[in-house]
Amino acid sequence: MEPNMSTEYLDIANLENSNVEQGRPRSEAAETPDITLDTDLKFRARNIDVFYDTNQALFDVSLDIGDNAITALIGPSGCGKTTFLRCLNRMNDVIDICRVTGSVELDGDEIYTDKVDPVLLRARVGMVFQKPNPFPKSIFDNVAYGPKIHGLAADKTELEEIVVNSLKKAGLFDEVKDRLAEPGTGLSGGQQQRLCIARAIATQPEAILMDEPCSALDPIATARIEELMGELKESLAIVIVTHSMQQAARVSQRTAFFHLGTLVECGETEQIFTNPHDDRTQSYITGRIG
Amino acid sequence: MTTLAFASILIMSAMGYFIGRRRSLAIVNGERYRLHSRPVYHGAFVALWIGIPTTLFVLLWLLFQYSVIDSLLIGSMSADLTEGRSGEQVQLILNEVKSIAAGNFFNIPSPEIQDLANTYNALVAKFRWMLVASAIVIAAAILLFTLSRISDSFRARQGVEKVLDGVMIGCSLIAILTTLGIVVSLVVESLRFFSKVPFYEFLFGLNWEPQIPIREGQVAAEGAFGAIPVFTGTLLIAGISLLVAVPIGLLAAIYLTQYAKSRLRAFIKPLLEFLAGVPTVVYGFFAVLVVAPAMKEWGAGIGLDIAPNSAIAAGAVMGIMLIPFVSSLSDDAISAVPQSLTDSSLGLGATKGETILNILLPAALPGIIGGILLAASRAIGETMIVVMAAGLIATLTLNPFEAVTTVTVQIVTLLIGDTAFDNPKTLSAFALGLLLFIVTLFLNVIALRIVQKYREKYD
Repeated sequence: MEPNMSTEYLDIANLENSNVEQGRPRSEAAETPDITLDTDLKFRARNIDVFYDTNQALFDVSLDIGDNAITALIGPSGCGKTTFLRCLNRMNDVIDICRVTGSVELDGDEIYTDKVDPVLLRARVGMVFQKPNPFPKSIFDNVAYGPKIHGLAADKTELEEIVVNSLKKAGLFDEVKDRLAEPGTGLSGGQQQRLCIARAIATQPEAILMDEPCSALDPIATARIEELMGELKESLAIVIVTHSMQQAARVSQRTAFFHLGTLVECGETEQIFTNPHDDRTQSYITGRIG
Repeated sequence: MTTLAFASILIMSAMGYFIGRRRSLAIVNGERYRLHSRPVYHGAFVALWIGIPTTLFVLLWLLFQYSVIDSLLIGSMSADLTEGRSGEQVQLILNEVKSIAAGNFFNIPSPEIQDLANTYNALVAKFRWMLVASAIVIAAAILLFTLSRISDSFRARQGVEKVLDGVMIGCSLIAILTTLGIVVSLVVESLRFFSKVPFYEFLFGLNWEPQIPIREGQVAAEGAFGAIPVFTGTLLIAGISLLVAVPIGLLAAIYLTQYAKSRLRAFIKPLLEFLAGVPTVVYGFFAVLVVAPAMKEWGAGIGLDIAPNSAIAAGAVMGIMLIPFVSSLSDDAISAVPQSLTDSSLGLGATKGETILNILLPAALPGIIGGILLAASRAIGETMIVVMAAGLIATLTLNPFEAVTTVTVQIVTLLIGDTAFDNPKTLSAFALGLLLFIVTLFLNVIALRIVQKYREKYD
C-alpha cells in the first residue's frame, strides 16, 4: 500500500478534467482511467478486488463513471462485469462469502466505509435486474414500495403523485393507468421490465445500475427500454451490463471491456468499437473470444 | 419349497431374457437395425411374460393350497370318524390332525388320527412338489410361446412398456383401494353406530360418557355419545400445539434461510429435522414425566391450579414435535422465492427485515400456510403424546390448564381391553374415527390445494 496513493489519484482526476494527455504505459491503464469524461464524475472506483471465498473475481479494477451518461460494461460471461456493477451499490454485501477491497466514491464520498449504510446507499443507487422481477403485488404497490419504505411521501396523494410520475418517466403509465391495482406479474415481459425501472426511479436515485436489462426481452421491448435509458440519462447516471455489443454501441457513451476479472480497456464507446487499443478488446468485439 | 418355486421362476425369467435376446438377433443374422425393437426389449418381453404370470400363479396356488388339502383330507376321513358330527366338530378333528402333523403332541393320538396326520404330511409334500413342477412347466410353455412370436417386426418395446404400465397401475390401485377399503369399513361401522345412537346426538351432544350396561338388567348409567367435548379437547390441544410450533418454526425457518451462514445452516437444518425423527412415544413420556409436573409446580407457584394432565402440557410438547414440520415446509417455501425478488427489494434500499416482511413472507405465504395446515392435521391426528399426557374425561372447556381428552385418546380407550363389536361403546370409535378422518382430509385437501397453487407461480 503506497502511502501517497490517494493524492496521486486526485492528481490524475485533475489531469483528466483538464484534458491533459497522460503518457502512461498501457499496463497501468486499469489503475488510471485514461479517457476524459465529458460530464461530471459520478462513481470513482479504485483498486477494486472482489473475492468469493477464496476465488478472486475482480483484480484491481479502477474505473470512472460519469454522470448523465450511460456507461456500458461488456465482456464474456464470468468476466466480472456484474460483480463490478454490484460493487457500486454494495449489493455484494448481501452475499456472505463475498469480500470487496478497494475504494468506490460516489460524488466524492467513499461508500465502502462504516459511515455509509448500504441500505440508504441503495436508495441513491437503484438497480434493475436481468430478469423482470416485479413483486407479487399490484402495479401501484410495486412502484410505491421504495417511496413507502423511505418515507418519501407525506400522504396518499403525494405517494400517488410519485407513482404516477415514475410510471410516466418509465413510459408505462399510458399502458397501465386503468389497471394500477392489478398484479404487476400480469404484465408482458417488456412492461414488467419497465415497471422495474419505474420502481427503481421512484426512490429518486442518482444512478441506476442495470444488469443485462434486455436479455430476456424481444427486440421491440428492447428498443423501448433503450429509448427510455436515453431519456433517463438526462437526469442520472446509468451503468449497464450487456452481452449485446450492438446494444452497448447504440446506447452508451462510454464502454468498459472486462476480461477474466480485469478491466482491459475503457473509453468512449465509438473508440472502443472502432479503434480498440487492446488486442483482447479487438478479439472480443469481432467475436473471436467470448 | 416355496422359495424353490420363486427361485425357479427367477431362473426361468433370466433364461428367457438371454434366449429371447439371442433369438431376436439370430432372426436378423445380427443386423440389429432390421429389428423393430432393440434385442434387449425382446429379451425383457420374454422375461416379463414368464415372470409375472407364473408368479401370480404361484401366489394363487399358495392362497388356495391349504383349503384344497383340507377338503381332500376331510374326504379321506373314514365314515365313522365324521358320521353324526357337525362341520365345526370335523374342523376340530382337522385341527388336531394338523397339530399332530406338525409334531405337537398333547397325548398319544388314536391310530386313525395318526394315519390322517401322515396323510396330511404326505399331501402337503406332494402339493409342494406339484407347485414347483407346474411353475416350471408353465414358465417353459410361456417361453416357447413367446419365442415363437419374436420376429423382425415384433413390437417388443411396446409390449414391455405395456407390461410396465400395468405394474405401475397395479401399484397405484393398491394404494387407492386400501384407502377406499378403510373408508368403507369406517362408514359401514359408523352407520351401525348411528342406527343405535342418532347422529344429531353424536354431532351436537355436549356429553361424552361412553358407558353402557355390561350385562342385561345391570343398573348403570345410560351412555352419552356427544362428540363435541371430545372435539373441543382435540382442537384445544391442537391449537396450543400450533401456537407453539408456528411462531418457533417460522422464525427458525426465516433465520435458517436468511440469516444463518451456510455452514451453520448445514449444521442446524439436519439437527432440526432430527427432531422429527424422535418417536412420539418419547415425546409422550417427556410430556407426562417432565413437562406436566413442571407446569403444575410452576402454576402452583403463581397461584394457578394446573391439572397434572393439562391440555397445555400435552399441547406444548406436541408443539415441539411439530416444529420441524412447520420449519422445513416454511424453509422450502421461503427458499422457493426467487433470489431476484429479494435482490430487487434490497436494491431499492429496503433493509433485510423490511424485505422479509414485505416481500419474502407474502410471496412464500401460500407455502407456509400449506405447511401449517399439514401440521394442524398432524396435530389433530396425533395419538401417542395425548394418550400419555392428556386426560381421559371429556370436559367441555377451553381452559388450557384443565384436563381435556381428544378424539384419538377416546378411540384408543374405547378399543383396548375386552370389547364386543355390537354395542354403541365400541362402535362409537368408528364414528369418531370417521369424523376425524373427514376433518383431517379436509385440512389436507386445502393444504395441498394451496401448495399446488403456489407451485405454479414460480415454475
